[in-house]
Amino acid sequence: MSNPGSAMNLVNEAIKRPEGERAAEVERPSQAAGVEVAPRFPPLPPSSPEEAQTLSAAQQGDHLAFARIYSQHKRRIYSLCLRMVGNVAEAEDLTQEAFLQLHRKIATFRGDSAFSTWLHRLAINVVLMHLRKKNLALVSLDSAMEPSAEEGPGRSFGAADLNLTGSIDRLALEHAVSSLPAGYRLIFILHDIEGYEHNEIASMLDCSIGNSKSQLHKARLKLRDALCEYPRQEERR
Amino acid sequence: MIDCPESMSCRQFQHQLPELVGSGAVAAAHPHLQTCELCRRLLADLETIAEAARQLLPIVDPPEKLWEQIESAIKNENGLAGSQAKL
Repeated sequence: MSNPGSAMNLVNEAIKRPEGERAAEVERPSQAAGVEVAPRFPPLPPSSPEEAQTLSAAQQGDHLAFARIYSQHKRRIYSLCLRMVGNVAEAEDLTQEAFLQLHRKIATFRGDSAFSTWLHRLAINVVLMHLRKKNLALVSLDSAMEPSAEEGPGRSFGAADLNLTGSIDRLALEHAVSSLPAGYRLIFILHDIEGYEHNEIASMLDCSIGNSKSQLHKARLKLRDALCEYPRQEERR
Repeated sequence: MIDCPESMSCRQFQHQLPELVGSGAVAAAHPHLQTCELCRRLLADLETIAEAARQLLPIVDPPEKLWEQIESAIKNENGLAGSQAKL
């Protein structure tokens, strides 16, 4: 049962799921033809019998089994936290909280989705609640889902003066990503950095696949705008 | 379903772009892009950003001490639960 006041519910309320579109829809890989695909963070393999056994043991209170689950998932959860908050100490706290919540709730996992998806969803909820408590990104989170004219990526429509093709300065991109509103940042991180597909993101965030695609597109447009501003800011220094 | 009339405006094309890109279709083959340099550049920029993102922010391990902290917190919780159960 969801908490009506949770940050995730704020996301859920803002991104209504269109009729007939559900997270379980099959998604095709979103790679442009002819583009060489760089290695992405490898998806976790399907549950093996050993993993299922470990999970079952952890659900029954086996501490060593829980330690194995931590070992299997720690990098991905910590990296997600670090990317979302951009601060090592906070990322450690959030990772700890995510695994503590996992320990409390692991017995309730029923296998309706992949365990890694379920765990990611739990961790995302922890991160969103943290952002809410910090009172830093709540407005941005909401506006990411329902962007205002000022927040939304409106400039790119028909803009003729933008052209990033060729290369992107890594520092500039990191800075631009960290400056994204939390909602945009979350979907950009999950899809473009971590390599999740839209159907997986939709499942994690309990939104429609169409909304995931739309938010990702808006995130990229905002990044494009920010990146095109970046050299001009540098020149002014 | 993506409509692609040849007379499509840039605004119409860009409105369809999230679904076009997200569906895995070869967006560059869209008829609108054959005649529109502006939207070609937009798509190229978005693809460049997506490509660049994959090299961003390397995945890192959390510090070793984190598991010790988690274990300690679990033991505390279990201890509390145990003492509560006894009460």
